[in-house]
Amino acid sequence: MEVKKPNVHPQMRKVELLISTVLRGGVVISLLFVVGGTILSFTHHPGYLRSPEVLSHLTHPDSAVLPRTPRDIIAGLRQWQGQSVIVLGLLILVATPVARVAISILAFVIQRDRMFTIITSIVLGLLILSFVLGKIEG
Amino acid sequence: MTPLWFTLASFGISLVAGLLGSLLGFGGGIIVVPALTLLLHIDFRYAAGAAIISVIATSSGAAAAYVREHMTNLRVAMVLEIATTTGAISGAYVAGVVSQRWLYIIFGIVLGYSAVMMFRKRESHASEDAPRDRIADRLGLHDSYYDEAEGRTITYRVTHTPIGFGLMYVAGVVSGLLGIGSGSLKVPAMDLAMRLPIKVSTATSNFMIGVTAAASAGVYFARGDIDPFIVAPVATGVLLGATVGSRLLSKIHSSTIRAMFVVVLLFISVQMIYRGVRWK
Repeated sequence: MEVKKPNVHPQMRKVELLISTVLRGGVVISLLFVVGGTILSFTHHPGYLRSPEVLSHLTHPDSAVLPRTPRDIIAGLRQWQGQSVIVLGLLILVATPVARVAISILAFVIQRDRMFTIITSIVLGLLILSFVLGKIEG
Repeated sequence: MTPLWFTLASFGISLVAGLLGSLLGFGGGIIVVPALTLLLHIDFRYAAGAAIISVIATSSGAAAAYVREHMTNLRVAMVLEIATTTGAISGAYVAGVVSQRWLYIIFGIVLGYSAVMMFRKRESHASEDAPRDRIADRLGLHDSYYDEAEGRTITYRVTHTPIGFGLMYVAGVVSGLLGIGSGSLKVPAMDLAMRLPIKVSTATSNFMIGVTAAASAGVYFARGDIDPFIVAPVATGVLLGATVGSRLLSKIHSSTIRAMFVVVLLFISVQMIYRGVRWK
């Protein structure tokens, strides 16, 4: 195959490959948990295949029981509860973009790109700030 | 409907949402929310929770490929993320002060206007003659990408970085206020103001929306708006759809992407104005 890539700075290319790998890894791992958890839920509850009432029970704010706190999730994981496995997968999915910001800081530091080390650090700082503020509010 | 059918139906819808979202640079919430609430009769709270997960899934699923292909302009994305996250934080704070109803209407009108402008721009080509921008020069934002549909490398120059930065702040405020990914605002800002090629705009928007959405996902979890039973098929469908979509972007002609974007933008614009008018 001919050279497809436009002339990318080789060091920038390394950052790109690193970020792409982090994103792909996060996606694959979370997908495994989410799909695995769904299969677990269906095998534990044969009613899922037949009963329409079960659906409204699962999807109504008044009746749905959701694992919310870390303690709920760990307790659910111990019992191989599908729902908790899914939530774990979703948490990994949410953490993935944050991880790629953190890792790109590292990459810019290694490249001695001061300007972009600062820029990316500000982004991470703002992300952390929004988590802290969200926790207070939520 | 049985839980099995629900899972299959929401998976299928999300597959389409992920595919379109990855091509056009938005999170798919604009498809997931109406489909879940109107077709599958899910509570709006849970639909919004599913949408925020859908945004993150589209972003990570598609960006893994776009970054590797050098379609995403990483440096532009990193600079603009400062504006979007600051905007999102301030948006969450003024949420109590501003009337959401009027916000939906104003947002709808802005999107309609962007759609018209993007439609009119279809003839002109990006942008070696873009006015010089010292900030873009200094930060090294100019770049190039390989376009498979055209079979050549396209070089572009970034311009009006401060205007783009300001518009991204506004996009962030809107995300924080309305709890949407606002890729629909990010793409026109990069396309019209900063003169990035349309494919680079959608790929870069895709990359950015994940971070903005991750910042607000914590609140949704804490409030109990994420129902794993509803979100699981959505996340799975969107991730697979986005992975397929990201393989297609380079092969589709820019003019087709632009036309698709304008149509979807008009659709979102109408949806937002409708939400505002019907607000109780």
